[in-house]
Amino acid sequence: MCLGVPGKVVSVSGQVALVDFFGVRRETRLDVIDEPVERGDYVLNHVGFAIRKIPAADIGETLALYELLLREAGGDMMADDVRSEIEAAGGGRPEEAARA
Amino acid sequence: MPETLARDAASELKFRDPVQARALIAALEHVLDEIGRDRVSVMHVCGSHEQSIAKFGLRSALPRRLSVIMGPGCPVCVTDMPEVDEAVALALDGKVVATYGDMLKVPGTAMSLAEAEAQGARVEIVYSASQAIDLARGTDEEVVFFASGFETTAVATAAVVLESDMPPNFSVLSAHKYIPPVMEIVAEMPGTSVEGFLAAGHAATITGSAIFERFVERHGIPVVVAGFEPLDILAGLLKLVELIRDGSAAVANTFPRCVTAEGNLVAQERLWRVFRATGGNWRGIAHVPNGNLRLRDEFAELDARVRFEIDLRRLWGHAPHTLLQSCVCGDIMAGIATPIDCDLFGKECLPGNPVGACMVSNEGTCKIWHQYGGHPEL
Repeated sequence: MCLGVPGKVVSVSGQVALVDFFGVRRETRLDVIDEPVERGDYVLNHVGFAIRKIPAADIGETLALYELLLREAGGDMMADDVRSEIEAAGGGRPEEAARA
Repeated sequence: MPETLARDAASELKFRDPVQARALIAALEHVLDEIGRDRVSVMHVCGSHEQSIAKFGLRSALPRRLSVIMGPGCPVCVTDMPEVDEAVALALDGKVVATYGDMLKVPGTAMSLAEAEAQGARVEIVYSASQAIDLARGTDEEVVFFASGFETTAVATAAVVLESDMPPNFSVLSAHKYIPPVMEIVAEMPGTSVEGFLAAGHAATITGSAIFERFVERHGIPVVVAGFEPLDILAGLLKLVELIRDGSAAVANTFPRCVTAEGNLVAQERLWRVFRATGGNWRGIAHVPNGNLRLRDEFAELDARVRFEIDLRRLWGHAPHTLLQSCVCGDIMAGIATPIDCDLFGKECLPGNPVGACMVSNEGTCKIWHQYGGHPEL
């Protein structure tokens, strides 16, 4: 629960953003991020909350790194951590995913 | 899909390039030569760091003189048994207990939440504090969010506690822990000879690297904030041994991509508006002054410890797991033992049937070592 996961903001509605996490769209909360967030921004998310806006210069490298992590199959601890960070964003069905 | 995905070998090389890794290791050798001692020990406090170290076999590649120990970097593992007991008692008492998945099998004095569930208690896995509060909105039953994690994760709990339309049946049982104070305890433990700390990059995204300044001043040993990829870790270790060589007790940040000195001030404000740091036991380690995060008095009505009379007497009839007496999880978390010092590791204690907390969580040293080949030091 430590790695967080980056995603691209698709839309913003009040304190909630719809974010694209490597093809999965989920809601993430914006009440603890320290910068204004708009459509097209990339944010790092932890347990369902955006915690940092990723500076433009770092987006490519950050995504490449997580792509690398997510290429690992289930059972790899770091990949599982990132996947559960995606689950932590709203809109999914946590119980099914957790017990699968 | 985001357009900048790079699935090619170039991106792999960028983070895991063996040529760069060898250069960093050679530089480490050189600095250790300059230090000139048989052993230099440093500690990290992050499950993700340990996962990366074990998965990529970094310990076998590192100079043998450099000992990299995992300390209390697993929040689930350091959750004290009486804290689990409180959650178990509430669950057995008919409350719906919502918690992060890896808390389920963590042993309490009498039983784990998974065992309580097997006895008919209702325990729900959530991935976020928001899902816990949503659960409360969908039921009339009392929902208790058994909240674990270090300060980074406590921020999410704080944000939920500050919501304006709080359902009346939602409360929080906080087992959140605050990492800087335990570094002070571990640094002074007899039996440890830690000369520097590697701090977790992502946790410091919120707290900022400056949070370690006070520790460095008080203890005179350096702290380096590092990322979790193999090259990030090697670069962090190199900076750390350079500071040790120079006798420089300083905070360095080798992960500026994610971490600033001041961190996320909005998140910190939320965290400290909701929580106060108070002393408490960490499993197997010690009483840690200011090591526990508990709800402030203003939020007493959301505090499960205030709202409910938590009756632990019903647990008195249950004997603890006899194997637990041989578990050395506490010593492992303190950095004075490794999983292979434990007679149960990989035998009676396995991920599918864990005896101690360190085999339960993905951030626990035992589970990580078991997953990536037993003893990554060899």
